[in-house]
Amino acid sequence: MTSAIIREITGRGIPLPGDDIDTDRIIPGRFLRCVTFEGLEAHVFADDRQQNPDHPFNQEKYLGASLLIVGRNFGCGSSREHAPQALMRWGIRGIIGESFAEIFFANCTAIGVPCVTVSAEDARWLREVVAAHPEMELRLNLEAMTVHAGDRQLAAHMPEGARRQFLEGTWNSTFVLLEAGEAIERTAAQLPYVTGF
Amino acid sequence: MAETLLDKVWRLHTVRELPSGQTQLFIGLHLIHEVTSPQAFLMLRELGLKVRFPNRTFATIDHIVPTDSQARPFADWLAEQMTVALVKNCQDFGITLFDLGSGRQGIVHVIGPELGLTQPGMTIACGDSHTSTHGAFGALAFGIGTSQVRDVLATQCLAMSKPKLRRIVVEGTLPRGVYAKDVILAIIRRLGVKGGVGYAYEYAGSTIVAMTMEERMTLCNMTIEGGARIGYVNPDRTTFEYLRGRPFAPQGEAFERAVQWWQQIASDPGATYDDEVHFDAATLQPMVTWGITPGQSVGVTEPIPEPEEVPEAERAAYWEALDFMSFRPGQRLIGTPIDVAFIGSCTNSRLSDLRVAAEIVRGRKVARGVRALVVPGSEAVARAAEAEGLHEIFQDAGFEWRKPGCSMCLGMNPDRLRGREICASSSNRNFKGRQGSPTGRTLLMSPAMVAAAAIAGHVVDVREVLR
Repeated sequence: MTSAIIREITGRGIPLPGDDIDTDRIIPGRFLRCVTFEGLEAHVFADDRQQNPDHPFNQEKYLGASLLIVGRNFGCGSSREHAPQALMRWGIRGIIGESFAEIFFANCTAIGVPCVTVSAEDARWLREVVAAHPEMELRLNLEAMTVHAGDRQLAAHMPEGARRQFLEGTWNSTFVLLEAGEAIERTAAQLPYVTGF
Repeated sequence: MAETLLDKVWRLHTVRELPSGQTQLFIGLHLIHEVTSPQAFLMLRELGLKVRFPNRTFATIDHIVPTDSQARPFADWLAEQMTVALVKNCQDFGITLFDLGSGRQGIVHVIGPELGLTQPGMTIACGDSHTSTHGAFGALAFGIGTSQVRDVLATQCLAMSKPKLRRIVVEGTLPRGVYAKDVILAIIRRLGVKGGVGYAYEYAGSTIVAMTMEERMTLCNMTIEGGARIGYVNPDRTTFEYLRGRPFAPQGEAFERAVQWWQQIASDPGATYDDEVHFDAATLQPMVTWGITPGQSVGVTEPIPEPEEVPEAERAAYWEALDFMSFRPGQRLIGTPIDVAFIGSCTNSRLSDLRVAAEIVRGRKVARGVRALVVPGSEAVARAAEAEGLHEIFQDAGFEWRKPGCSMCLGMNPDRLRGREICASSSNRNFKGRQGSPTGRTLLMSPAMVAAAAIAGHVVDVREVLR
């Protein structure tokens, strides 16, 4: 059993200004009082949106966007998967940015939302062009590792392991890990702290 | 060939190389809590899977517990629902739960070590970014999200890529009034909040060797704030003596055999690193954050940087932080009035933290208008502190002595900032809204600095108080 193969994501963009945007801002802690991820999309960037009426997630022109454009170190801080879940349930299918925090990147990968990096200059340009032309269709291609925006093509990057998980449809890793079978128990049996020294 | 601890532990836990090129890594210890596990158990139920190694997962409840009355049902219906779910999931899947009132409950990163569950040479995962704390014991410990919690429950494994390794060498004696918290804040300030992305950190040098286990935990705890998922200290005599006699540590002769294995796990002399940086402990001073990331900090006597001192790429974040905090370029933080003083969190809520803070507040009074609370890290910490009378020292000074939990570090329970309050906090994150009020402001500092600020009513240099 595998997860869906993800080769390409097309759709409109939503540009998010700022660097070091942490997962507390993506989904504030009080919304983590829940036992499912259902409905989290309603609270994405709740406090930032409250404080800034012009926040991109408040703007009608970005409704229906599927590619989020961010800056540097996006998703730092807490490991809460609620953050990528809230974005995904809002409609985000892929994230393009200057750089990503590691746990956030892994959480996005595990739910089938690819995060790719582009140069700082390209990230800035992409945010500007999407803000000016919110109707523009963007195309993120994981085979060619490119982002198409209008008549421009940007080089995108992603660690090879994660990229292959999307292209092979193995990003939901539970079943891949289960395929190891008894090798898991054999590894455990060689660890002295498992066997009791 | 000389190997690092990272090399050895990674190799020993490798089940196989995956088609993606990643490693299938066996996880030796899995810790869970009420916030990031219920959805994972739900996925497991939907897939019809069992927990592969139920005796290698341990649960506690920490994030949402109230710290005044812990009588069930909780007043917060959502918190109660999460607690019910955790208890049921642990029962259904055969997982040990350290529940409220068990004597063993507490913040997950406090109880793992104090129960002796955390041991050198292990791989440790938990659905919480501060899992790096456990690296203090020479374990590879890292935070994961809920889908990865599902993976560990179902397979006791994770698909991971091996990080690069940076050695952070701190040499010399820490000046009086400067603590492990200040060391890690200084490291993050220099290397940046994303400087550790793609790396694990190995902390070394005479300053680290001289640290107690609780100090090493504070250091490793905030590794993630510098962008590195894993931070560790090589295990040594201090580690072994801490573990001796703990409930889940090996006992008797097995303990001696364990020590031999733990010694072998440490990085070999002559091992190579992808990067190395050096710090001089003697030059450090108590640190305070002025912004909205843990990297935006200064020594307590230093001014907030001027814009031209900030790299251009960070200038927008600099102005955003000053605007949110209502601070000015060049401003000094000494004298900044505080509304709240919080001593607690997985960073600084252990017995040694409470002792240091109690020594400063002894015989003094919390400044008028300051709300001050101490939240011990675990039921065991609370018991030990109460046996020494620390709770009375705090209460006599006007602090509230609360029950264990994560509390005001992240404001998931009723302990929250109100409006634009400024909090002197021994916790780990000064993000916007982190402490439960969207406009609340956090100044991160050591527990000693928090205690001194609570008494003065504003930020002070704790070295003046200790003089």
